[in-house]
Amino acid sequence: MTPINWTVIYPEAWLLLATCGVLLADLFVTDPERRVTFWLSQAAAAVFTLLHLWAFDSGATFYGMAGMIVTDPMGHLLAGFAGIAVMVAMAYARPTLGSRDMLKGEFFTLSLFVLLGISVMTSANNFLVVYLGLELMSLSLYALTALRRDHAVATEAAMKYFVLGALASGFLLYGLSMMYGATGTLEIPRVFERIAAGGINKEVLVFGVVFVVAGLAFKLGAVPFHMWVPDVYQGAPTAVTLMIGGAPELAAFAITMRLLVEGMLGLAIDWQQMLIVLAVGSLVVGNLAAIAQSNLKRMLAYSTISQMGFVLLGLSAGVVSGNTLSAGNAYSSAMFYMVAYVLTTLGTFGMIMFLSRQGFESEEIDDFAGLNQRSPWAAGVMSIFLFSLAGIPPLVGFYAKLAVLQALVSTNVTSYIVLAVVAVMASLVGAYYYLRVVKVMYFDAPRNSAPLPQRSAGVSALLAANGLAVLLLGVLPGGLMALCRDAIVKALTS
Amino acid sequence: MGLLSLAIWIPIAFGVLLLALGNDRHAGVVRATALIGAIVSFLVTLPLISGFDKRSAALQFVEKQPWIDRFNVFYHLGVDGLSVWFVLLTAFITVIVVISAWQVITDRVAQYMGAFLILSGLMVGVFCAADGLLFYVFFEATLIPMYLIIGMWGGARRVYAAFKFFLYTFAGSLLMLVALIYLYFKSGGSFDIQTWHKLPLPMPAQALLFFAFFAAFSVKVPMWPVHTWLPDAHVEAPTGGSVVLAAIMLKLGAYGFLRFSMPITPDASREYAWLIITLSLIAVIYIGLVALVQKDMKKLVAYSSIAHMGFVTLGFFIFNDLGVAGGIVQMISHGFVSGAMFLCIGVLYDRVHSREIADYGGVVNRMPKFTAFVVLFAMANCGLPGTAGFVGEWMVILGAVRYNFWIAALAATALISGAAYTLWMVKRVYFGEIANDHVKAMVDINGREFLMLLLLAVAILWMGLHPQPFTDVMQVSVTELLRHVAISKLN
Repeated sequence: MTPINWTVIYPEAWLLLATCGVLLADLFVTDPERRVTFWLSQAAAAVFTLLHLWAFDSGATFYGMAGMIVTDPMGHLLAGFAGIAVMVAMAYARPTLGSRDMLKGEFFTLSLFVLLGISVMTSANNFLVVYLGLELMSLSLYALTALRRDHAVATEAAMKYFVLGALASGFLLYGLSMMYGATGTLEIPRVFERIAAGGINKEVLVFGVVFVVAGLAFKLGAVPFHMWVPDVYQGAPTAVTLMIGGAPELAAFAITMRLLVEGMLGLAIDWQQMLIVLAVGSLVVGNLAAIAQSNLKRMLAYSTISQMGFVLLGLSAGVVSGNTLSAGNAYSSAMFYMVAYVLTTLGTFGMIMFLSRQGFESEEIDDFAGLNQRSPWAAGVMSIFLFSLAGIPPLVGFYAKLAVLQALVSTNVTSYIVLAVVAVMASLVGAYYYLRVVKVMYFDAPRNSAPLPQRSAGVSALLAANGLAVLLLGVLPGGLMALCRDAIVKALTS
Repeated sequence: MGLLSLAIWIPIAFGVLLLALGNDRHAGVVRATALIGAIVSFLVTLPLISGFDKRSAALQFVEKQPWIDRFNVFYHLGVDGLSVWFVLLTAFITVIVVISAWQVITDRVAQYMGAFLILSGLMVGVFCAADGLLFYVFFEATLIPMYLIIGMWGGARRVYAAFKFFLYTFAGSLLMLVALIYLYFKSGGSFDIQTWHKLPLPMPAQALLFFAFFAAFSVKVPMWPVHTWLPDAHVEAPTGGSVVLAAIMLKLGAYGFLRFSMPITPDASREYAWLIITLSLIAVIYIGLVALVQKDMKKLVAYSSIAHMGFVTLGFFIFNDLGVAGGIVQMISHGFVSGAMFLCIGVLYDRVHSREIADYGGVVNRMPKFTAFVVLFAMANCGLPGTAGFVGEWMVILGAVRYNFWIAALAATALISGAAYTLWMVKRVYFGEIANDHVKAMVDINGREFLMLLLLAVAILWMGLHPQPFTDVMQVSVTELLRHVAISKLN
């Protein structure tokens, strides 16, 4: 039994205290723009992010809270990126929320609780801690979705999200209880050892794995557990969509790694097959359904589903014919994909919000018509994001796809190479609908020739920086790839 | 920074500058900046020829720096005899394109010029890349500016054409991406093209790789039957877009055959040469006939491009030095000639706003200077001796005679159909009586148009009368390539 080791959880402890502080402070804020709350929340998240990234830099792995918590480079890196994602999302969201009478302190405190939940998930070393973090994050997200309580679509989305999310959590919990029943432990490393030692009823284990994978697939939004994604992405206020589509994806990746790889690597043969089915389904359904959408948010929701297909493909290539030599390569490619995806998604939804105004959500694809004539800058940044999602070099999305394809081909197994070909064909379909948005922005005549209303310079600068990051990480992707690789290799070897 | 880096990044830097700061209110400044950028980019490529060591088949002006450590990718540039002329050609054509757009493009000038300059840098990058992934990045990145050029400044069906262009080529190159990754894996983690050249590969792997590359490059060339995107793209693209497309982008595909397919999969290349030869002959003969019946001048030249590119692929896959060198010469000359043909159509279009042959007639009466140029370019397009068009076709046919007389005989029929469709078009458009009031109102070319046509005319005549500087440079590289292709990589 490892000691309590309080220092291990200092980023989470800080965030909890700071969030409570923000909650209290907000009671005394009378400013309708909520400047104090906003900046306090940003500061809380920034300190949290820095604490994680510093800890990542040291590269060490510690266990704490009697083995409930592990802090390793992978957890720190994902939590740090999640912190950045939440900060960016809050910054993009503030002007939009302000113009819709939704700028309340709750948005920020709930967002910070989302972050806290993510952080708990990324450092979970125990089934219950995984579940705890997941519920903390999910419940905060349900509440965020319903933030616009007088809006029928948003409320419906929140309801749907809640019901399906609870179902998914139930699946996960059920699967975890199976695993507990079979192995007699909740600690992830112990589960790994028991499975490796053998002598456990394989049927119970596989039964448990099925439910765990189903639960995770719900959270990732993989086909056939994707039904909630389009409705929630479209229905939720864009500010919240950004919160749902950004940082939580990193968390979903983290618990997938913790549960499937760190806990159940011994059952890789079984869950990899499931992941492949989910991945191919996501690639096909996501890409094909996205073509038919006229609502940009809904289209991006289906695009998310298809992008998750790539992540799952990366995760499914770790164990090949019984050996784990390619595991580091495969999982780090999936992680890089996820990070690149989140970075790009933040930008796309940020741009939708940036172009919206009172009474105009700017979420139909046609709302972007002729954007290039009205604001070449906004059109340029948006097309960087879209080309990146389509996987065109030299943008970061291309290297993400490259990394995953490389992981698949390096297995040197024919079926995986066929999967790689399926994946590239799917991204060809994907290119069509991303290009269609570019077409609307550049080739169509604007519906509304008025220049864009004045925007906050801060958000413009942040969007530009976001676009530049996608471009620069495309020109020089080596650094981020190396970070992901280090993180994964240390997580696998510790 | 080495010369090749400068040749790649100067136009891109100018292009980004124009995109960032350019503004239609200062269109004059934008045009001048673009022209300076294009000329500077061209000037930095000149030392590549003067300093080129013709006795060496190795890569020259090499630059190599680690780029992505994680995948062992290098920023590795270099040119050899196969590629060096294309760097100059690209930079040269970009200057012409900038001049050609001077008065014609008045809408979003900065974006137009910026897109062409960036495109130019990217295409130079394709010809210089000695690293497989770097090649792919440049190869694919060219799609973005071209897509926007066709879609933003194109004709009535520009959106359809832009999508067709993008998706067709993207589909081909995605399979190549899988092939590149497979080679990376097989070579033990290297993206170096020359390492791949030495990599032994069993026949099934070679065949799959060959067809993956074939998918990418045949679409780009384009070869029959995957050529259908080209007439659409050409017809709808603005003049500058058509010029770059015909003069350089098509060469990216043919160049890919030389750099990837033939040396990396030599056994499969020899095994499936019959396929390429057949498709090339179909392109040469059948597409030549298709060109004959076109009513739209741009479409006619587009089909003629496909036929001419058929000569290129035919020359490559008969595996002798005349054929391969002839193919490369044909690529360069076609760059000049097709660019000139499209510019001439652009000149007409700017005046009458029609590309239909039937809308013209007797242009010579109004535009004598212009018609003189047109006749020269038309002669070059039919392959008249003394023009650039002759050299390549002649070499390929000679090479083909050595390979198989009947193939050569079939290929040679293209000289007849080429003359037929080109000269018939010239006759209908330029000669005869003045057909209508539009033609009557035409004014002859101004100084700017004269300058750009003159530059191309000089290049075409120079290459036709004195092709030695072109063939000398590539001789050693071609011999080395063929020696390499002759060695089996099966083990």
